[in-house]
Amino acid sequence: MTAPALQAFRTGDTPLPDIVILTHKLTRAYDMGGEVVRALQGVSLQIRKNEYVAVMGPSGSGKSTLMNLIGCLDTPTAGEYWLNTQKVSDLDDDALARIRNKEIGFVFQTFNLLPRATALHNVELPLIYAGHGARERRARAVHALERVGLADRMEHRPNELSGGQRQRVAIARALVNEPSILLADEPTGNLDSTTSGEIMQVFAELHRQGQTIVMVTHEHDIAAHAARVVTLRDGLIATDQRQAA
Amino acid sequence: MPVFEALRLALQTIRAQKLKSGFSLLGVFIGVASLIAAWSIVNGVNRYMTEKFAQTLFGVNTFQLRRRPMFTPNVPDSVWRAWWRRPRIKFSDAEAVSAALTMPVVTAWQSSENVSVFYGGKEARDIELTTASERYFDIKNLRLALGRPFTAQENRSGVPVAVLGDAVAKRLFVDRTPLERSVRIGGIAYRVIGVVEKQGSILGFPLDRFVVVPALSPAQNLVNPPGVLDAFLVKAQSEIEMREAMEVAEGVMRSRRHLRPNQDNNFVLDTSEGVQRFWAGISRILVVVLPNIVVVSLVIGGIVIMNIMLMSVAERTREIGLRKALGARRRDVLRQFLAESAAIATVGAAFGIVAGIGLTLLINAASPLPATVSPLSVVLGVVMGAGVGVVAGVYPASRAARLDPIAALRQE
Ligand SMILES: Nc1ncnc2c1ncn2[C@@H]1O[C@H](COP(=O)(O)OP(=O)(O)OP(=O)(O)O)[C@@H](O)[C@H]1O
Ligand SMILES: [Mg+2]
Repeated sequence: MTAPALQAFRTGDTPLPDIVILTHKLTRAYDMGGEVVRALQGVSLQIRKNEYVAVMGPSGSGKSTLMNLIGCLDTPTAGEYWLNTQKVSDLDDDALARIRNKEIGFVFQTFNLLPRATALHNVELPLIYAGHGARERRARAVHALERVGLADRMEHRPNELSGGQRQRVAIARALVNEPSILLADEPTGNLDSTTSGEIMQVFAELHRQGQTIVMVTHEHDIAAHAARVVTLRDGLIATDQRQAA
Repeated sequence: MPVFEALRLALQTIRAQKLKSGFSLLGVFIGVASLIAAWSIVNGVNRYMTEKFAQTLFGVNTFQLRRRPMFTPNVPDSVWRAWWRRPRIKFSDAEAVSAALTMPVVTAWQSSENVSVFYGGKEARDIELTTASERYFDIKNLRLALGRPFTAQENRSGVPVAVLGDAVAKRLFVDRTPLERSVRIGGIAYRVIGVVEKQGSILGFPLDRFVVVPALSPAQNLVNPPGVLDAFLVKAQSEIEMREAMEVAEGVMRSRRHLRPNQDNNFVLDTSEGVQRFWAGISRILVVVLPNIVVVSLVIGGIVIMNIMLMSVAERTREIGLRKALGARRRDVLRQFLAESAAIATVGAAFGIVAGIGLTLLINAASPLPATVSPLSVVLGVVMGAGVGVVAGVYPASRAARLDPIAALRQE
C-alpha cells in the first residue's frame, strides 16, 4: 500500500489540525571546511496523530539527522518544519528548548540516563525544566514508571538495572511530559532480541493508548511493529509504505 | 529551572565529588580564613587601643607635658637628635603650669627608669621605677588590690614607701603579703604600703612590672637629674577643658622658655591621640598587607575553581547535552554551573569563617594580641567567597550553556 493520500503542502499553508509533524523540503547540509555534506536533501513528510512510523535506510542515509530536526535538537538549512500547526523551523534557541521539553519525548540508543541519579529522579528531569513543583514531579514520574512496568525499581540507579530496564526508564522519561510525539533513534540497538521484543511491546501499548511514535531502526522485525515504514536513501525519502501491524 | 533546584543540584554534585570540591574550595577557604583572622586582630587591637589602652591607661581627658612624644613610630634620626637637645621639664615648670590652671584639674608628676628591686635574696630585674606624686594613681586609674597609695604628705616629705605592681609583688613575695615589708631600691629600704591590681599586658608588653614611689623620695636620684621630671600629667574634667588647659600650659611653657612667636615648641603636650596615632601607623601596615593576602588567595581560589569547573563541564558534556535535549535552556545550564561554583566557593568561605574564628580564638588564647571577630568581616567573607565563585564560574558555565546538544550527546 502506498503512503496515505495527504493533500499537497505549499509554503504559506497551515497544516491540517490532526497532522502532528509536517516537513516541507527539509534540508540539512554540513559545511565540512569547504566540502558540503548533504545529509538531508529535501524531505517532505506528514505524520498524523497516533501514527506509528518506522524510519529505515542504510547507514548515513540521514535517519538520525531527520530525527534530530523533528526533535528540535537541530535546525534545518532550508525547508519548513511544522509541529502541531506551529512553524518551528525558525524558532530561537529558548523556544526550541521549550518545545523539546513540552512536545517531544526522546529515546536514545544509549539510554542516556544520569548514572548517579535514581530511576525516579531521571524520569523527573524534564519536569524540573518544565517548572513543576517537587510533589507534582514525583507523582507524574511515578505514574510514567508505572506505565513502563517499573514501579518496583524507582529507587534504583542505572547500574543496578538491566539494559531493558534502563531503556524503559528512558521511555518513562520521554513520556513524563506527555509529549505529542515519541522519538526513538534505534531504541533497541543496544539490546538483545528478547529485550528488544519487550521494548516493542511497551511501544505497542503506548501506541494503543494514543501515542504518536517515530522510530529509527535497522531491523525489519522491529520495523514490523510499526504501521508505516519510511525509507530514506541519500537524504531523500525512497519509499513510504503502510503495512498491517 | 528555579534557583532552588540549581542550588540543590550543586550541593548534590559537591557531595558526590568530595575530593575535587574540597580541593577547589581551598583557595577561598584560605582567603576567607586569613581575612577574618587578620581583620580580627586589627579589630581587636583597635578596640583595645581606643577603649582600654588610650582611655584607661593613658587616662581620659588627660595630657602630658613632656620633652618629646611618648610613642614615636619611625622618626628620622635628625628629629630624634633634636628631641634630645631640648631642655628637660623641671619641677618649677610643673609648678608654674599648675599655678596657671584655673579650671578644676588633677595633676601629677612622673618620671621613670628601669631598675632592679630586691627583697631578701631575691631580685626583680628590669622593673619600671616610677617616681610620682600622689594623684598619679587616680590619673592612671590604678586601683589597689592591697594596702593604700601614698599620701600628699608622704610625697612632699619624700618618705621611702613603695606601691608594687602585681608582677613585682608575685616575683618577690610569691604568696606572702608584701605589706609592711621592706624592699631595696638603689640601696635604699622602701616600705611596701600597697599592691596595684593586675593590669595584664598589651601587645605582649607586661603592664605589671613597676614600682611607684613618692616623687621626692630618695630614689628620684636614680631616675632623673635633680629637679627634673619626665612628664607632668594633667587630667581635666572634659575634653573641652583639657584643650583649654593645654593652651594655658603651652602659653606658660613658651614664656618660661622665652620662645619667640616664630619658634616651635621645644616640648610636647601629649594626649592619648598620640598613642592612637602610633597605633594607626602600625595598623596601616596591617591594613595594607592584609588585603594583599586576601586578594591573592581569593584570586588563586577563583582560578582553581574556574579550572575545576572547566574540567567538570568537559566531563559532563554528555549530561549537559542530555539536559538540553530534555528541555534545559541556555540559562538553565548557565544557572546550574554558576550555582555549583558559587556553592563550592560559599562552602569554602563557610569553612574559612569557621577556621578564621577558630584562629582568632587561638590567637586570643596563645598570644598577647587581643583579637575580636568582627561581624562585618564574616559578612564580607561570605559575600567575597560567593562572589569569587560566581565570577570564576561565568566562563565555564557559559561554555556549558553554549554546547550544541547533538554534539554533546555524541561525546563519549
Ligand atoms: N555533525 C555532522 N557533521 C558533519 N557531517 C555529519 C554530521 N552529522 C551527520 N553527518 C553526515 O550526515 C550524513 C547522515 O548522517 P546520519 O547520522 O543522519 O545517518 P544515519 O542514517 O543516522 O546513519 P546510521 O544508521 O549509521 O546511524 C552522514 O553522511 C554523516 O556523515
Ligand atoms: Mg543514526
